[in-house]
Amino acid sequence: MPFKNIGGEKMQQIKKGWGRWVLIFLVLGYMGFLILAPITALVKGAFENGLMPVLRVITSPVFLQSLALSLKIAIIVVILQIFFGTSIAWVIVRQEFVGKPLLNGLIDIPFSISPVVVGYMLLMMFGRNGYLFPIMEKLGIKVAFAVPGMFLATLFVSLPFMIREMIPVIKNLDRKQEFAAQTLGASQWKVFWRVIFPQIKHGMIYGLTLTLARALGEFGAVLVIGGGVQGRTETTTLYIFRCLDERRYIEAYTASIFLGSFSVLIVFLADWFKRRQIRQHRNDNGFVG
Amino acid sequence: MESKLELPVLRRSSKGHGQGWLLRLPGILYLTLMIVVPLLVIIQDGLREGIAELIHQITLPIARHAILLTLWTSALMTIINAVMGLMTAFVLVRFEFPGKRVLNAIVDLPLAIPTLVTGVMLVMLYGPQETLGNFLANQIGFEVIFAPPGIVISLLFISFPFVVRNIQPVLQELDRTQELAASTLGAGSWKTFWKIVFPALILPLTSGSLMSFSRAIGEFGAVVIVAGNIPLKTQTAAVYTLGAVESENRLGASAVSLLLTSIAFLILITANAIQKYRGRKNAAD
Repeated sequence: MPFKNIGGEKMQQIKKGWGRWVLIFLVLGYMGFLILAPITALVKGAFENGLMPVLRVITSPVFLQSLALSLKIAIIVVILQIFFGTSIAWVIVRQEFVGKPLLNGLIDIPFSISPVVVGYMLLMMFGRNGYLFPIMEKLGIKVAFAVPGMFLATLFVSLPFMIREMIPVIKNLDRKQEFAAQTLGASQWKVFWRVIFPQIKHGMIYGLTLTLARALGEFGAVLVIGGGVQGRTETTTLYIFRCLDERRYIEAYTASIFLGSFSVLIVFLADWFKRRQIRQHRNDNGFVG
Repeated sequence: MESKLELPVLRRSSKGHGQGWLLRLPGILYLTLMIVVPLLVIIQDGLREGIAELIHQITLPIARHAILLTLWTSALMTIINAVMGLMTAFVLVRFEFPGKRVLNAIVDLPLAIPTLVTGVMLVMLYGPQETLGNFLANQIGFEVIFAPPGIVISLLFISFPFVVRNIQPVLQELDRTQELAASTLGAGSWKTFWKIVFPALILPLTSGSLMSFSRAIGEFGAVVIVAGNIPLKTQTAAVYTLGAVESENRLGASAVSLLLTSIAFLILITANAIQKYRGRKNAAD
């Protein structure tokens, strides 16, 4: 019995030196300087003249119009990514086929391509001299400098989030339940909705919030492909950029704080739900065992 | 009895053949259209006038300066990020202190905040009209905004989670008996760290650093706000590309785009290979 605790006590002793506190304070200081100081500066700057100017900006038609466009693009993107993200993750985890490593490698590409290059690629495909321009013109669809192009750009940059979130979730599925349902004669459709979906639901919600935050925050790619014409192709990020350019700082700061806190809020809420789900899951299993 | 037990497994695999394609085809088609086609377009356009023209375009003074600036600021960021990320992961895994959970949550903030907003925040902290920015510029002579330090700081902000989140799980699962043995044999905590903990963290540290480097060379939103767009001074490769696109300089835009994409691509492949090697090593152990 006494052996059991020796390890723990010894480690505690090692950790109790002054070196430990030096390290903790170095890290606290670094994160404070790098992450918290800029956030504080933004909050302070936006509310410098009180709450009224802030309220005036977030109720102004130009801002609301840009927000509506951002949300419209982001929501369609999220719906598509839920569908494709989940099915691609499923294919990667559950199926074996030629070229699977290649497919797996492709997924991360949008992470590392510059957003400007993403916009430029789309411009080369759909712009005036683009390869697909004649086809799109015949179909009567304007892609470059219009909402469809911005939608494609956002789709590209947010592609990996859902898939990367769902792969581990699907890997960890308890397959015994699936088999049980199948042996009891449930159809595949029923197995999915009754057995699989409840298990992957929280992973999906987390993935979709990451996608949503990424989509709302996209800037470089939509700037290049959309052009940022006020009232037509101006998303919230492009609105912030234009306000900075025109030296209308209150508008820029207010919209920044709005967009930033919204993104942070949804991601943290989803994270909290996910953690709660994991804890509940553990408790449930504990009771059964 | 036995065959009955194996029935579900058999049924699954046979079903996988029939309906597998139904699920696989749309996914593969989607990725091909979304990723492969645009990539081919950029490769084709970058090489349209031949390799010599590509090299000429990226060695034009303004383009060359932008590319070199991007590379050295990203490299400097990667070094600082590697050191501080390692330290942060170590503190978060090994030490208990008040506020640790909040600190752990803050690590993810840069992933959620749009990079343009990051740029705005940094201008508000270090801008010439702000207290801290004014102090740094006038008292110390250290310009951050519209200068390379601003680029490095914004890159540090956006890539902070990469190293920390790569190391954390490995550190958590590290077998501590070896450390214990070393310390009972009289090794100091410093020596224990370098001889036993650090070697186990080299692979995740490298792949995390590579990921942050490849993310940094393409960064646009934060950098364009913080560094501005001054050719031969603070213009990075991504900002140069935007300028080339806007002035209809197709050759320049395609050349720099292709270069940026190829570098990011090579680094990503290396990082993936390292991760795969790590997985195999773990499985072997």
